[in-house]
Amino acid sequence: MVKNKKALFILIAVLALLPLFTQTKALLNAIILLLIFATLGEAWNLITGFAGQTSFGHAAFFGIGAYASAVIFYRYGVTPWLGMVLGGIIASIIAGIMSYPCFRLKGHYFAIATLAVAEIIKQIFVSWNYVEGATGISIPIIHRSSGFAQRLFYLQFNDKLPWVYICLMLFALVIFLCSYLENSKMGYYLKAIRESHEVAEAIGINPTNYKLYAMIISAFISALCGSIYAQYILYIDPFMMFSLDISMKIVLLTVLGGIGNIYGPIIGAAIFIPLSEFTRIKLGGSGTGIDLMIYGLVIVLITCFQPKGVIGIVEMLANKYKRQKTGGEGKIEATS
Amino acid sequence: MIIGQIIANGILMGFIYALVAVGLTLTWGVMDIINFAHGEFLMIGMYTAFWMFTLFALDPLAALPVCIAVLFILGILTYTGIIKRVINAPGLTALLATFGFSMFLKNFAQYLWTPNYRYINEALVSGKSLGLGSVVIGMPQIVAAIGSIILTIVIMAFMDRTRTGKAIQATALNKNTALLMGINTKKMYAITFGLSGACVGAAGALMSTFFPIYPASGALYSIIAFVIVALGGFGNIKGALFGGLIIGLTEALGGYFLGTQFKYALVFLIYLIVIQVRPKGLFGW
Repeated sequence: MVKNKKALFILIAVLALLPLFTQTKALLNAIILLLIFATLGEAWNLITGFAGQTSFGHAAFFGIGAYASAVIFYRYGVTPWLGMVLGGIIASIIAGIMSYPCFRLKGHYFAIATLAVAEIIKQIFVSWNYVEGATGISIPIIHRSSGFAQRLFYLQFNDKLPWVYICLMLFALVIFLCSYLENSKMGYYLKAIRESHEVAEAIGINPTNYKLYAMIISAFISALCGSIYAQYILYIDPFMMFSLDISMKIVLLTVLGGIGNIYGPIIGAAIFIPLSEFTRIKLGGSGTGIDLMIYGLVIVLITCFQPKGVIGIVEMLANKYKRQKTGGEGKIEATS
Repeated sequence: MIIGQIIANGILMGFIYALVAVGLTLTWGVMDIINFAHGEFLMIGMYTAFWMFTLFALDPLAALPVCIAVLFILGILTYTGIIKRVINAPGLTALLATFGFSMFLKNFAQYLWTPNYRYINEALVSGKSLGLGSVVIGMPQIVAAIGSIILTIVIMAFMDRTRTGKAIQATALNKNTALLMGINTKKMYAITFGLSGACVGAAGALMSTFFPIYPASGALYSIIAFVIVALGGFGNIKGALFGGLIIGLTEALGGYFLGTQFKYALVFLIYLIVIQVRPKGLFGW
């Protein structure tokens, strides 16, 4: 069951209308990246926000998705749509293989294990000739005069607008799926596991199985995002796709947006992706690193002064509004 | 005899990794905070040694106390400025604060000192080497390894023998009980962060004679240090020492037998294997 259907539809409608107000390439680019990273955030939220297993290795699934579609198009000219599904399946299988032994580990030990898996996969791709190793793959461009149908088939557009809607479609599907999962039996099981592994086990939930399902779904979605990202920027290499920075970016925007909440990733992405794009465009050209310096400082300031994330600010404002409305006699919720 | 040479290199590198990891394991064990800026602290330690050498012609060995002092202060400032505010925040917030701080430090270094590689070529230990039979070991590596061993022992002794060290351990075990026993836990946290900085400051000075110095030079070591700390068990100094040695040896031997491109993959694989047998690290409990 999907709760708050109305809110979700409004959110998606607003996002769908956004590109109509602008033709600026930089803005459209920011919207596309925002949607891709929000979707990644939703995927990460499933395993970390709901099931409580911190993953620092989601770049691995993202990279596998990107490589799957890029390689079969580059080597055999097969449509990236097929590659997308293939990437999702491969990522899910790898998630399954790595998760089973890793789920025995608790807390930070699990987090470091996922980081280790991502690093191993990166090293393999760096020295794997079939995927062009450290050189990376430049995805071949289709002919200029190709029609829209052909462009859609090969997922290459000479315009940014179709990308916005493809990313939005994926995001909409994923957020509905997450909303459904959150209110399904599985969602409650995952939350029970997050709160206490032992108690969950004692009341008859098999934590390993449910964590595994969450991980597999999460890996599949991340791989889809990877394929779309690769087709969008048309060049991939292992250092870029499997980097710890990508994993941390996903963690960052979800946690600061609001972890364990399906709106968290989109709120986080809506703030951090435009911020990083804006500082990059305005200051990145100098090559002095001042853009990332400011970005890092903003993260530190937000975490220091609003540790609950942006959703904390929203809740605070909502509480204030509620209290004002009831003439200062409204119930003040206990803040923990 | 090349095996002897490789093992010697691995052990020496292992001791240096250990010193970096000891710093990390302190904050991790005592405060349960993963400090993502740890590698950047190392980078600043290396730069401190470099500027002492360039501006004041101070040999990195002589600059060791300066590096330790600078990073000790940086550690305490990091605690009072950032960590203190986020330590009670839920979940991953504290981790993200250190991540943001690491991004800031890395790019601040790039802004101030450009991304160019810098070297200290004319240090006291440069260019010298020691021959033991067919095994030849560079003097910078020997000095760095000996320095690492001494400092690790000093830190261990400090934690076990002194009143402050015991207070830090008590704080790590149970913050509230420690508070009830009259321990100023905030001060203990600040000292822990300072000590953690001091460790990487020393490591930075020792490594500056044989590693290039550039803004991202700490990034790789911080990932390896995470693995070493987890391998040894969080908060366990002995674990960090042995973890460092295991990783140093794995890297050297793996690089020789499988090819250098796989040496880091092997390092992470060793972690995954060990953690299957000891889910809380070698010395964890």
